Amino acid sequence: MNLKKVLEKTEARIITGEGETGRECRGFYVSDLLSDVMGHAGEGEVWLTIQTHSNVVAVALLLNLAAALFTAGAGPDSTTIEKARAEGVVLLGTSLPTFEAAGRLYRALTEEE
Amino acid sequence: MTTPGMVLRFSVEGGDYAAAGEAASKIKKALRKIGVDAGVIRRVAIAAYEAEMNIVLHALRGRLILEVAEDKLRVIAEDEGPGIPDVNLAMQEGFSTASDLAREMGFGAGMGLPNMKKCSDTITIETTKDRGTKVVMNFDIDDDGVT
Repeated sequence: MNLKKVLEKTEARIITGEGETGRECRGFYVSDLLSDVMGHAGEGEVWLTIQTHSNVVAVALLLNLAAALFTAGAGPDSTTIEKARAEGVVLLGTSLPTFEAAGRLYRALTEEE
Repeated sequence: MTTPGMVLRFSVEGGDYAAAGEAASKIKKALRKIGVDAGVIRRVAIAAYEAEMNIVLHALRGRLILEVAEDKLRVIAEDEGPGIPDVNLAMQEGFSTASDLAREMGFGAGMGLPNMKKCSDTITIETTKDRGTKVVMNFDIDDDGVT
């Protein structure tokens, strides 16, 4: 699955990384605890979270995540957006609640198999 | 492949959430530049990030030091801070003394030190109450990055 499909399935918008929709997504991780994400999310995965501060960018960058997807309408501030742009981190946002977004992505993944 | 003898130092300010993660990010970039295995870089980056966050969350100020040797990497995190009263307790997953603000931001999961232990090949912690803490983590370069 690539980011374009993630966007479609979750009715998400691109906040940063407009040119990166072809980026391959190797899986997903859902958590709002940063150390949990650091310890368990894998390279190339999309991270679903409602945390929107700039440390999300640091975590996504250090783990080489495909993108961070803000759920439940959570939107990052300008500092987070600027940092993501500068570091080439893709940020997406959906108004769907986390459970709904994750459910749709899980279903899409199992359909692909 | 690597540059033995290279030493990089990065200052970390306690409470500076906005800049948190920058030192770990610079360490990661430096390791990539000298051609270290991607799996090893990942382990070092995670461990360095957690060490950096511990300084931001708990200490007044500190620094991260990266030392590159022929066959191993070392990350040292030393700070001026409160020290860790009970290291064994702090190593337990889920135990945290982070502030409410830090927890609201998604820190303080009590996984920082466990992540650092998991990602490094050896870790030593020296800590003195009301003085500070020094964490030394060693990473073997010539493995496949699996821990």
